[in-house]
Parts: sequence; structure tokens; C-alpha cells
Amino acid sequence: MVELRETSPCAGLLPVTLGSVTVEELTPGPMTSLCVFGDASEMSAALEKAHGMGWPAPNRSTGKDGARAIWFGRGEVMLVGVSPDAALRKAGAIVDQSDGWAVVSVRGAAAVDVLARLVPVDLRGSVFKRGQTARTQVGHMPASITRTGAEAFMIMVFRSMAGTLVHDLKEAMAAVAARG
Amino acid sequence: MRIDCPLCGARDRREFYYQGAAVMLARPAPDAGEAAWDAYLHLRDNPAGQTRELWQHEAGCGAWLMVTRDTVSHVISGVEMAEDVKRAAL
Amino acid sequence: MRVAGKGLIDRSRRVRFSFDGKTYGGFAGDTVASALLANGVKLMGRSFKYHRPRGVLSAGSEEPNALITVGKGAQAEPNVRATVQEIYDGLVTRSQNAWPSLDFDVMAANDLAAPFLGAGFYYKTFMWPKRFWEAVYEPIIRKAAGLGALSGQSNVDTYEKAFAFCDLLVIGAGPTGLMAALTAARAGADVVLVDEDSLMGGRLNAETGAVGHQSGAVWAAGVVAELSGMENVRLMSRTTVTGVYDGSTYGAIERVSQHHAERSGGRPVACFWRIVARHCVLAAGAIERPIAFQNNDRPGVMTAGAVRAYLNRWDVSPGKRVAVFGNNDDAHRTARDLVAAGVHVVGLIDARADVDVGDAAYPVFAGAQVCNTGGRNALESITVRTATGEHALQVDCLAVSGGWNPTVHLTCHMNGRPTWREDIQAFVPTEGAVPDMTVAGACNGVFSTAACLADGVAAGKAALKALGKRTAEVEVPVAEDAPYALEPLWAVAGKGRAWLDFQNDVSVKDIRQAAAENFKSVEHMKRYTTQGMATDQGKSSNIGALAILADATGRAIPETGTTTYRPPFVPVSIAAMGAGGQGHGFAPERWTTSHKRTEEMGAPMIEAGLWYRPSYFPKAGEATWRESCDREVGYVRKAVGVCDVSTLGKIDIQGPDAGKLLDFVYTNVFSTLKVGRVRYGLMLREDGTVMDDGTTARLGDDHFVMTTTTAAAGAVMRHLEFVSQCLHPEWEVAFTSVTEQWAQFAVAGPKARELLNGLVDAPIDGESWPFMACGPVSVGGVTGRLFRISFSGEHAYELAVPSRYGAALFDELVARSEKLGGGPYGMEALNVLRIEKGFITHAEIEGRATAFDVGMGRMISAKKDCIGKVMAARPGLVEEDRPQLVGLRPVKADGALTGGAHLFDAGAEPVRVNHQGHVSSVGFSPDLGCMIGLGFLRRGPARMGEVIDMVDHVRGVQTRVTVCAPVFIDPDGERVRG
Repeated sequence: MVELRETSPCAGLLPVTLGSVTVEELTPGPMTSLCVFGDASEMSAALEKAHGMGWPAPNRSTGKDGARAIWFGRGEVMLVGVSPDAALRKAGAIVDQSDGWAVVSVRGAAAVDVLARLVPVDLRGSVFKRGQTARTQVGHMPASITRTGAEAFMIMVFRSMAGTLVHDLKEAMAAVAARG
Repeated sequence: MRIDCPLCGARDRREFYYQGAAVMLARPAPDAGEAAWDAYLHLRDNPAGQTRELWQHEAGCGAWLMVTRDTVSHVISGVEMAEDVKRAAL
Repeated sequence: MRVAGKGLIDRSRRVRFSFDGKTYGGFAGDTVASALLANGVKLMGRSFKYHRPRGVLSAGSEEPNALITVGKGAQAEPNVRATVQEIYDGLVTRSQNAWPSLDFDVMAANDLAAPFLGAGFYYKTFMWPKRFWEAVYEPIIRKAAGLGALSGQSNVDTYEKAFAFCDLLVIGAGPTGLMAALTAARAGADVVLVDEDSLMGGRLNAETGAVGHQSGAVWAAGVVAELSGMENVRLMSRTTVTGVYDGSTYGAIERVSQHHAERSGGRPVACFWRIVARHCVLAAGAIERPIAFQNNDRPGVMTAGAVRAYLNRWDVSPGKRVAVFGNNDDAHRTARDLVAAGVHVVGLIDARADVDVGDAAYPVFAGAQVCNTGGRNALESITVRTATGEHALQVDCLAVSGGWNPTVHLTCHMNGRPTWREDIQAFVPTEGAVPDMTVAGACNGVFSTAACLADGVAAGKAALKALGKRTAEVEVPVAEDAPYALEPLWAVAGKGRAWLDFQNDVSVKDIRQAAAENFKSVEHMKRYTTQGMATDQGKSSNIGALAILADATGRAIPETGTTTYRPPFVPVSIAAMGAGGQGHGFAPERWTTSHKRTEEMGAPMIEAGLWYRPSYFPKAGEATWRESCDREVGYVRKAVGVCDVSTLGKIDIQGPDAGKLLDFVYTNVFSTLKVGRVRYGLMLREDGTVMDDGTTARLGDDHFVMTTTTAAAGAVMRHLEFVSQCLHPEWEVAFTSVTEQWAQFAVAGPKARELLNGLVDAPIDGESWPFMACGPVSVGGVTGRLFRISFSGEHAYELAVPSRYGAALFDELVARSEKLGGGPYGMEALNVLRIEKGFITHAEIEGRATAFDVGMGRMISAKKDCIGKVMAARPGLVEEDRPQLVGLRPVKADGALTGGAHLFDAGAEPVRVNHQGHVSSVGFSPDLGCMIGLGFLRRGPARMGEVIDMVDHVRGVQTRVTVCAPVFIDPDGERVRG
């Protein structure tokens, strides 16, 4: 039987540290998009029962490191870190996305300044608090951005754009670091 | 320009795709006749004042929105989920 | 000439820089302008049209004259204002628009020809012969007239773009802005304070008046220190707000490294900010205006406020014998400050007759005017006209004040028009011109320091109220509260040229001539005379010019109106606006999982949308891409080829109404498709033209996966969401893009099954996997998906695995295909393979073609409605005379076919009226041994076998071709089912 080895989206590209900011690839495990056909109450109940997480309101995530439900758009939540319970299938569309996204963490004192070069959304700590999430853009790329700590963000872009994500982040990190 | 997405909040225009007049919500029946289809596809008002337009928050939550906008002042006075507008009309 | 050390430069830090090859000394804190003046250099530039010698006029970003080029080689930046550029060790600057030198400029001969070069001269002078305009006149004029030139080299510097957000944006850090920021910041608002100067404080740094019992500059520094210590305040100096946009969005340019020698290590030269503020306080101040009189452009003639700024901030007196000329009280300050600093004031000329200056230490000429100047490259004398006659005064500097214009520009960016105020003879912003903006201080016509400080507090409080925040009391410090009285004086009567717009050489006479020639609208006058154009946008001259126009046309100033102020307020380099957009930053690059291996194999990449795909995989000994392509076509026709098709859009569609939705977006029926089967579908736009095509597989009762073309994936997803949200929100269906989740490879050719049966965990056969079957398959224990579909007409599959296994699977497929006499194929071969079968791509469905045109009219199901069905039935879209899809073969085997060529009846003249269609796709078919093509030909299906002409007017190719069915190989489709 043939053996297929795995390659991660950012293989050979990360980690990178410039100035106070470090970018690392995350391997959060299973990622499943949960989509509802309108009303989310059934899915929310199933999610709570099976995984102990509520259906997050827009721009919010529930759960914690290791198992999170991240609001991912209209009628959509990305379940990260755990395999979806079969009961969820009855409540909507369940789609495996474990291989579809490049996932990185951006950490450090100037992380918010680096992202201010690329993201047209206010990510300052006073406004965008831990657990908050946004569907927006990083440069020209569609992205999901979640604050995971005081100086830490999780960023997801399409897997195919991993190279551009790292390129854009490095340029912004270099410019921020060079300003001192 | 910023649009206040009902789901995501106020966002920069770059995140949105512009479709055109909200007339597109009212698709005629197949047998509505030439005039109705012509109006649906081709005839558009061009008011100096309030317009209702469809935008998609493509780089955000993906929701289609009906935006009420003044073409003179550029003031956006309302943003609704297009699906809600359509459901109300059904 | 430096005077007593009381200014704000750092005398302990000497700086050396060069101007036009000569080295000068200055101090940290100097601008190029202040340092050159300190060194006695007055001549800093040549004017745009007449090459007249010009010196510095102002001390700020409004400077029209002193434009220099900074830096060398690729880093050279033209048209930098010497009044803004700070000096640093090693700074290299040079003058512009002069040859061979600034002192002796040959083109100054233009000035002698001035009678022929007045307003609108090129509209009148260079009319005939017509073709001379582009060939002769324009190049000569462009060479003679102008500003600095670009280096012509690629930009090597780094620029930056960034976003910022705040409760309150305060524009301008003079007394008004500082108080507004302080008031709001102390109340807890999130404040961004932006100022274009390197040193915050505005006019307080240029004046001698005290604020709160200390010098204005010291007081300002104290406030800045307090603000900089607050977490809720961000101070941005060297940053100019350049534009106001909808949604309280402000553009601003920050000079990050332009005051440094150090630019390496990715340090940006400048940053273009987009600042989103809930509220804004505009405290942009005011700009002093000169008075027009004959030869008022001689180096040494400056605005009175600029003379004070150089004196009080930079310790520089621009002259040893200075005269002051004004029509307002403010000008008197200049005379007082100069005397206090020990500079000889030759006289104060006040145009007002009833002016009382008390015990002045200098001669006062009340009711007098300066009517001319003398000198060559620098001012040597002025002529003063009094009631008793004209008197000459020997001076080397003349400080002029015609009053102050509030800096209203930003309030006009959203179509606001300013309001004329008779008492200050100036325009002020119209209330409400910009939503969520409070205008305060000098830019609102409030001129005394005390009034500005109080107005700043009031603006801060107004902002807090708008933000819904409580206000705290802020004490307004004591400061001068002198009245500002003036009598309008725009131009001194007299012969000769009295200059208004120094940068564009526009004189009073030019404005009057424009009015006489009926260019009476201020916008017409501007275009006819070039008044107010170029880098300074007439900041110091526009109001004077329109006052002259008003006078010439017998109208009042408010009736005449201003031209439209548009962004940017100061020049912004394209490099800053497009920061990050060079090279890899231009657009996201989408790489497939096979990208690395593909590059290692030497395949040249082509862009397909944002994706990178291999054109072909060259082998040793192949001299041309065609050889590689022919070989790869052979793999698929004779053995087995593999190709990464992951870039095609894949959309997961689930829900009870999924079938209903597919029936509505596709022309054909999908709700009847059996689970485990795939069907080809055609998608129309609502206007009846083809939007996209592809296959859709049914994976379960409520579960489909749709394939789109690579190019249209985004548009199709948007379309599905439109249908679902805007037309049928009652349908229960959800879409998720799974393009990135699956790495998918075509395995095509007679040995395709043989290859797969060595690879998949359980063997397949024709019965388990017939043509158009699909389902899960196990590969090395990994669950994938297998689709028996073909884009080549051969026995073929597409095998998909989760993307993490894509790279490994591609390696396996390449190795196994090579063992079977095949290998990987690229886009060139893929294109030939599909043309040989007449399969369409976006070369055919290019936005105009209908289902009827591509021979798929019957795919529009009669049993149901679908998007585009009604409009596709319009008579014009189904008439037989329309160009329709055909195959094309050259009559002679070596005949060339070219994409985009036109089709004509054999022997017909190849002109538009004889046009019969065009060629959409071509390729060389190794099997047929000739080029083949697809095209659209009028009544095509009825013309099989006809010989016609293909003419490519662009490439100069003409070929006689035979019309044939658009299927060149295996017309009965036996191979695909085998």
C-alpha cells in the first residue's frame, strides 16, 4: 500500500521572528465548517451538548485553546480542534476544512502594529478583545482573525495563499521593527 | 466609504462587492412578459438622492446586503440583510 | 544670517548637507530652507514657465518656489519643498528647472518672450500645422517648462500603508489642536493628534507671545509631553492629513524616514495612513497670502509670517535690511520681532492710511504701497509709493502680508463650499461641510492665540459630546488676544507683471486677460491660466486670483466663488499609496500542493486568476515548448498523463433544497441525478449568456459538490449566495468552498485505470466506476474522492485527497505515470487535448456567447425555470445567423491558425462589413499533424466542409481553412467510456 506523507500549508516558511513579533504555523487539528440553514438554535444545542460550546455570536468565538468554535460568517461556524460529533449532522451542513486553511499565530508586543499594516479592522486590545474574531482581509486575502491573547492572534487564510501570507507579514514586521 | 454590516459592524468599502440596484431582489415570473423582464434586467433609475443597492460583504461574512444610500451626500441611512428584505416580500 | 540664539534649533548638533554640489552647515532642527537662508542663499529655484529666479516664500508646506530634488540615483525624489525637508548629515539636494545652473539659467530667455507666453498661449500659438503639436511643440514646451524629474530608475525604497482607528482625530497641533486634544484626552477619549511639522506647536513655535506665562513654544512642549504620556493618545508628527473621505475616513501621509540618512533594513520612507475617526477636530490653521505688485517674486520677498518663523524658530534673519509691507496689524509683529532681534528694519509700509503704530523704532509709511522691486537674482531695493510720490529703499528682504486665509481645504473634500467672511476678507468652512467634524481656531477664522486656545477647548468639548463622553474642565491659559484688523489689498496698481501664482507664473494681467476672453467662471479661469495648479495647488495665491477675477468681472468675491479643493492637500507619492504592491505584494499568489515539485521539474508557470499552473514540463533535448507540449499530449492519447486540477473551484452544496437550487442555477436538471454520479452542467447569467460550466457530483441525497472553472470560482460562489440569499431565502441550502480542502489530479489516458489500480487500496473496474461515476476511495489509508470524468476525451479520472497529502500524491502519480510511458502534463497540452474534443473554456464562453452559440441550446431544460432561461429565448439570441461554434482546420497542413483572428468568406475582402466570425482557440494537434482551432462562424453548423479565409490583421497571417465539426478526435466518444 502506498504511503502518503503529510505536508503542512506553511512548510518551510515558518517560524519567523522580526523585532518583537513571532509568526508560527499552528496545527489546530480537525477544522470543520458548521453551516445552518437559517435558524441556528438546533445546531447550537447540539454543539453545546456534544462539545460544551455555545454557537458563537457574530465576531465572537467560544471554547478555549484546543477546542474552539469560531464564528466564520453568515450562518457559519468553524469548529477547530475537535472532530464534530455525528449529532451535528442533523442540524445543518458539516464540511471538513482541516486541509483548507493555513493557520498561523502572530505574537508579540508589536503584533497589533504589524496587523495594522495589513488589516482594515480595528484590532487594538481596547476594542478587539480576547476571543473576538473578524472575517476580513489580510492584504488582499480573505481571512479569519481571532485574538487569542493580550499580544496574540490566530490568522487563517486559504491554504494556497500561505506563501503570500508569510510574505506580507514579513514585510510588515520588517517595517515595524525598523521603526524601532 | 464604510458600510455598517449588520453582522460584522462598520467595515471599509474594500471588503464589499457592489452589485447594483436592489431591483434585482424582485425577479419576475417566467411568464411575466418582455416588459417586466426588460425592466428587471436593464431599466434603472438614476436618482440624485436615495437609492437602494445590493452589496455583498464578500471579504467578510458573505452576507448580501441592501444598502440605502444617498447619491448626493453619500450618506448611508440603512443597511439590511437582503435575505430579511426578501423574506418580508415573499 | 543667524541671529541671537533663542530659537528651537539644537546648536549643539551641527549638520552638513549639500545644495547644488556645494556643502553647507546647519543645525539639527533646520529645514533646507532655514539652513540655506542662514548661509545667505536666497536663490532656491526657477519658475515653471519663465524660469524667473525664485527664493523661498513661506516656511511651510504651502511653499510654491523652493522645490528641490532630494537624494541621488534611484532614491532621488523630485519636487520636495525646501521648507519641509529637514536637514541631516549627508543630505544631498539640488535645484530644479534650471540649466546649466541656478544662477545662470539659459531658459530664462523665456522671460524676455513673456509677451507671447501669456495665459492660454499654447492654445493660440501652437495651432498650426496640426501635426506639429505632438511632434514639435509639446516636446519643446515640456522640456522648457516643468518641475523636477523622476530618476527613471526602479524605486528601491520601502513604503508602507497602514490603518488607524480612534474616537477623535485632531488635525493640527497648534494652540487650538493641542487644547482640543488635551480636553478630549483628559476625558478619556481615544485621541490621534496629527501634525505635519516635525515639531508640534504650530505658530506657537514661530511667535514670541507668551502662553500661560511661559513662551508659547515651551507651553506647547509641555502639553505635548503630557499627551505623549497618556495611553489613550497617539501623537503623529510629520504627518499631513491629505484627504477626507466618506465614513469619517481620513488619508494621511507620514514622513517616516525622509529626515534621516538611514533608510536600510526595511525602514519605510513614508507611510500612507487611512485613519477612521468617530469624530474629528480640524485645527489646520491659516496660510498667509502675499500681495501682488510688480516684480514681487524677487528672491528675498517673503510672507511676513515666514520671516517671523525663520527669525523666532530657526534663529535666521532672511535679510540684514528688512522692510515690511502689509495691510493688517499682524504684519507689524514682524517689524517688532526683527527690531527686538537686532535686525535693521528699513521701514514698515502699511497700505492703510489710518494706522497707529505708536512709538515705532523704524520709519512707518502709512497709506503707502510697495509698487516694484529691484535686483537680479536677489532683492536689492523696493519702490514705495506714497501720497507724495515714489521712493526707493535699499533692502535685501521684504516681508509681505496680505492677510491670512483659513486652511479650509479639508472641509471641501466632500463637496462642501466655504463661506466668505467680509470682516476678515477670507473664506471660512461652512458649518456641517464634513459630517462628524468640528472646525476650530485659525482655520475657522479665529486668529488671536487666546481665542484659539479657548476655541480648542470648546472643540474638544463638542467632540466629547458627539462621542457621548463626559467632559472635564480644562483651564485656558492666558495668551495674547490682539485684534486682527485689515483692509483688503489684493494687487498694487501699476504696469508690469504682478505675480499671483509663483509656481505657475500667473500674473494679475493673466487673470484679467482670461476674464476679458470670457473665461469668467473661476474654474475656467483656472484651466486657462493654470492658476492654482501643480504641487502647491495655489495655497497662497488662489484667493488673491479670484479677488482679481471678481474685480475684472464686476462681481463680489463670494459670488465668484472658489475652485474645488480636492485631495490630496499636499503631494503624496504614488509609491506610498501603492505601498506593498510591488513584486510579490501585487496580488496573492495561489500555489497548489504540487507547486514545489512542479518548479523543481523546471515547468514555466502561467497565471490563471491568482493561481500558478505549469505551462509544460520541459525535458532534456527539447528546444521549444511545442516539443514538450506534443509529447505531453501523447502521454494522454497513448499512455497516461497526470495534471493538477486543484485550481478548479469546488463548492460543497448541502441541504434539503440543494437539488432545487441546482436545477435553478443550471440549465439542465440535477435533482434527478443519482447518488454516486456526475453530470456536466451549464450555468447562465440572467441575461441569457453563459456564465460558467463544469461538473457537479452527487455525494448524497442532500449533498452535492460543484466544480467551476478556475477563473470563475469566486463569481460562481457569489452567484450561488445571491440566488440563495436574495432570490430564494426560503430554500434550505448551504454552500462552502472546498477548493482548498482537496488536492485534485486528473489521471487521463488509456492506462489511467492501470495506474490507479496500483495506487488505490481496492482495485476499480469498469463496472464499479463507469463513465461519470463518483465516490469515496481509499489511497494509502487516506479517504479521497474519485470522479470518472474527462476533459480530454480519454478514459480518465480525477482523484482528490485532503490537501495535506497533495504533494505526496502528485509525486506518486508522476512516478507511476512515467513507469507506464506517460507523465505530467501542463496547460498547453491540456488546451490541445480539449480543443481536439471541442470542449469549451472561457476562451469560448467569454461573456457574449449563449448556450445556442456553443451548440448547447438544447441543454436549457423545457421542464423547469432557471436563471437566464427567459432571456436566452430572445429572438436575437437564437437566430441562425449568429456566429456559432465550429471547428477549423487549415486547408494546407502547414497553415497557421491564430487565436483572435477573423473569419471571412473565401476570397472576400477582409474588412468589417464582410466579417463572418472569429477564432477563439487554437493549438497544434500531434495526432492530426496540423493546427486546429475552435471559432465562432455565422450559421456555422450549416457550413460544414466550406472553405473560408482566416485573417489575422494584427499578426499579418492569412490562412485558408476548412469548417468542420468541433470534434477532431474520437467523434463518437468511445475512448472515454472504454
